[in-house]
Amino acid sequence: MIQVLFFAHLREQVQTEMLELEANPGLANVAAIIELLQQRGDAWASAFSDERSVMMAVNRELADLETPIKDNDEVAFFPPVTGG
Amino acid sequence: MNTISIQQEPFDISAVQEEMRQSNPAIGAVVTFIGQMRDINAGEQVTAMTLEHYPGMTEKALGKILAEADERWDLMGMRVIHRVGELKPMDPIVLVAIASAHRGEAFQACEFVIDYLKTRAPFWKKEQTADGERWVDARDGDKEAEKRWS
Repeated sequence: MIQVLFFAHLREQVQTEMLELEANPGLANVAAIIELLQQRGDAWASAFSDERSVMMAVNRELADLETPIKDNDEVAFFPPVTGG
Repeated sequence: MNTISIQQEPFDISAVQEEMRQSNPAIGAVVTFIGQMRDINAGEQVTAMTLEHYPGMTEKALGKILAEADERWDLMGMRVIHRVGELKPMDPIVLVAIASAHRGEAFQACEFVIDYLKTRAPFWKKEQTADGERWVDARDGDKEAEKRWS
C-alpha cells in the first residue's frame, strides 16, 4: 500500500488527513497519484489545480511530479511551507 | 556537532549561545538568528498562531539543510530549534545558531540555513485574527532569498 498524507490548508480543502492507495504499475510517479486524486471530487480537483500551490514529498524528502513511486512509499502533499 | 529540536516548549536563547560558545576553544564566532512571531501580518492584527509540521520529515529536512551548510562552509557546530503548537506575538519561533573559527562563515551559514528552512522545511502557520483563522501564505521574498544560494 502507498500512504498518502495531507497537511495544512490542503488537508482542510480535501477534508482528508491520510489515505492509502493500492500500488499498481499505473501509479508509477507522483503525477499519476495526483491524477487519481483529482478524480475523487471537486474539492480534490480544485486543490490540485494549480501546480505552484502544491508541494510534494516521497518518503519524507521533497519530490516533484516525476518522482517514481513504489509499494510502501509514503507520499505527502502540502501547501508551500511557511516555517521560521 | 549539529543538533535539531522541534518542540512545543519555549527555548532559552542565552543557554544555547553559552553552550555553543563554550563547546570548543577553537571557536572564534557564534552567530544566532531568532525568528519571532509578530502581532501584524498582511495588514491585519494577529492575536495567536498555530504552527503545524510533518513529524519525521521536519527533522530530516533540517538535517539535510545543516549537512549542506557543513559542506559549503568550515563550521564548528550548528543548532536549530523550532517551536510548534500554539504561539503568541513576541514568542520566539526559531533559533539558528552557528559556530565557526571566524565570523564570515558563521554569518553566511546562518543566513543560508534560515533561507532554506523557510522554503524547504515542512512547517505551516495558521493565524488567528479579528476576522477569524487563516493560513499564512508563502512569501515570494523567501523564494528569492533561497535562489541566492544556488
